[in-house]
Amino acid sequence: MTLPIYLDYASTTPVDPAVADKMMECLTTSGKFGNPASRSHVFGWEAESAVEVARADVASIMGADPREIVWTSGATEANNLAIKGCAHFNVRKGKHIITSRIEHKAVLDTCRQLEREGFELTYLDPDESGLIQPEMVSAAIREDTTVVSIMHVNNELGTRNDIASIGKVCRDRKVFFHVDAAQSAGKTPIDVEEMNVDMMSFSAHKLYGPKGIGALYVRRKPRVRIEAQIHGGGHERGMRSGTLPTHQIVGMGEAFKLGHELLESEISRITALRERLWAGVADMEEVYLNGSAQQSVPGIINISFAFVEGESLIMALRDLAVSSGSACTSASLEPSYVLRALGLNDEMAHSSIRFSIGRYTTKEQIDDTIAKVRRAVEKLRELSPLWDMFKDGIDLNQVEWSAH
Amino acid sequence: MAYSDKVIDHYENPRNVGKLDDKSKFVGTGMVGAPACGDVMRLQIQVDSDGVIEDAKFKTYGCGSAIASSSLLTEWVKGKNINDAEQIKNTEIAQELALPPVKIHCSVLAEDAIKAAVRDVRGKQGV
Ligand SMILES: Cc1ncc(COP(=O)(O)O)c(C=O)c1O
Repeated sequence: MTLPIYLDYASTTPVDPAVADKMMECLTTSGKFGNPASRSHVFGWEAESAVEVARADVASIMGADPREIVWTSGATEANNLAIKGCAHFNVRKGKHIITSRIEHKAVLDTCRQLEREGFELTYLDPDESGLIQPEMVSAAIREDTTVVSIMHVNNELGTRNDIASIGKVCRDRKVFFHVDAAQSAGKTPIDVEEMNVDMMSFSAHKLYGPKGIGALYVRRKPRVRIEAQIHGGGHERGMRSGTLPTHQIVGMGEAFKLGHELLESEISRITALRERLWAGVADMEEVYLNGSAQQSVPGIINISFAFVEGESLIMALRDLAVSSGSACTSASLEPSYVLRALGLNDEMAHSSIRFSIGRYTTKEQIDDTIAKVRRAVEKLRELSPLWDMFKDGIDLNQVEWSAH
Repeated sequence: MAYSDKVIDHYENPRNVGKLDDKSKFVGTGMVGAPACGDVMRLQIQVDSDGVIEDAKFKTYGCGSAIASSSLLTEWVKGKNINDAEQIKNTEIAQELALPPVKIHCSVLAEDAIKAAVRDVRGKQGV
């Protein structure tokens, strides 16, 4: 087996070879290299038609009209465009925005910027299973609320919010609803009509497409208007200027088309792998699943291994490419704000691992992963004075630690 | 994070992992750090009647550098008189293991641990 085993598909995915082939057709003289905005010759027309095929493929995964898709550089830009663009456009109606504490930084930092500009933010706390409930949104909406931004699938936990119900609350209360769907496209069904979504962000590289391309869905009926954040030649109906990167767009289109076709079969295949992984480690003592087990996508599973320290766990799991619940580059370990928001203490957050399973994960890889994880956790517990104390029946919360 | 070969060696093959009899008056225990900070070290030394360290054991909850710092320390203190052992400086540990600046605190913790263990055994012996 080639090592390390890649189990970080929520971070990014390799480009599907079929996608790479399509992209290659849009680069060189023999291909569709023209500027899609060139109206006066065949090079432009060819590129434009490739872009429109891709637009239809992306629209199709969410049941949208292709004219509702705006190309961006990724989900980060789509989130910025949606939230800032909609908040600014509707500033006369109000300056209150609602989001959650467990959004991706691309949403949270955008909201922080709006706070600096004088907007008022409400950050909803998730329940202990990592979900934002429609009632929480409903209770937070005020007279001056203009935008609600809640993610579909959380990138650290894999938890899946009930977007349709939250969308209904927003629609009833006449508030614009933005959803960060970077982690959900091709992982769980999406329907912008059923879900009452006004704006939705997507990224190609989470679904076997290239990095550096994404899209924002912007509803036409009833029309949602946003202020552009990047000004220039008026591309994308003025919402996002800049020459369209044909190869990137075609890559995203092909990736989303494949992702859409494979949706059902991938859900069942990956669910089986996830269950296998969980069954393989859950019988160890003091192992906890973070986030809702029921309301989640199968590809992301977040597990805490109590009494082992996160960084040494990552070190012991060198043959696995996984993400940890802490940022281990800084002197003071930063526990994940998502896990903290679930109520995990720092130690538990530090000893958490996110395994994300994808298109190229095999059963053999999962079995190997289970063996490696068990060995690492056993070894580190053998080394851990906290494990000794736990086994001696000492309550670690009662111990007076020498802070440093 | 890139670890030095010495850190990896101690991490892969930690020396002197274990526990000594806490109740013995010849055993000193130093427990330093806090779970919330990401590292806890327990260092134990067993001394003879002249104060020479006959045995040392550790257990550490922490990153690879913390594990390596405490493992190395147990090797260094064995055979030393407690008066010499408590003179070990964190900089010597950091240098030996080529710890990067963000990991210096692991060697500081190891220094704290041996000092605490020596203090404990002195207290037990009433000297
Ligand atoms: C939930 C979520 N939103 C936004 C992003 C950012 O996407 P992109 O890398 O396309 O900017 C990511 C990925 O890192 C994500 O997981």
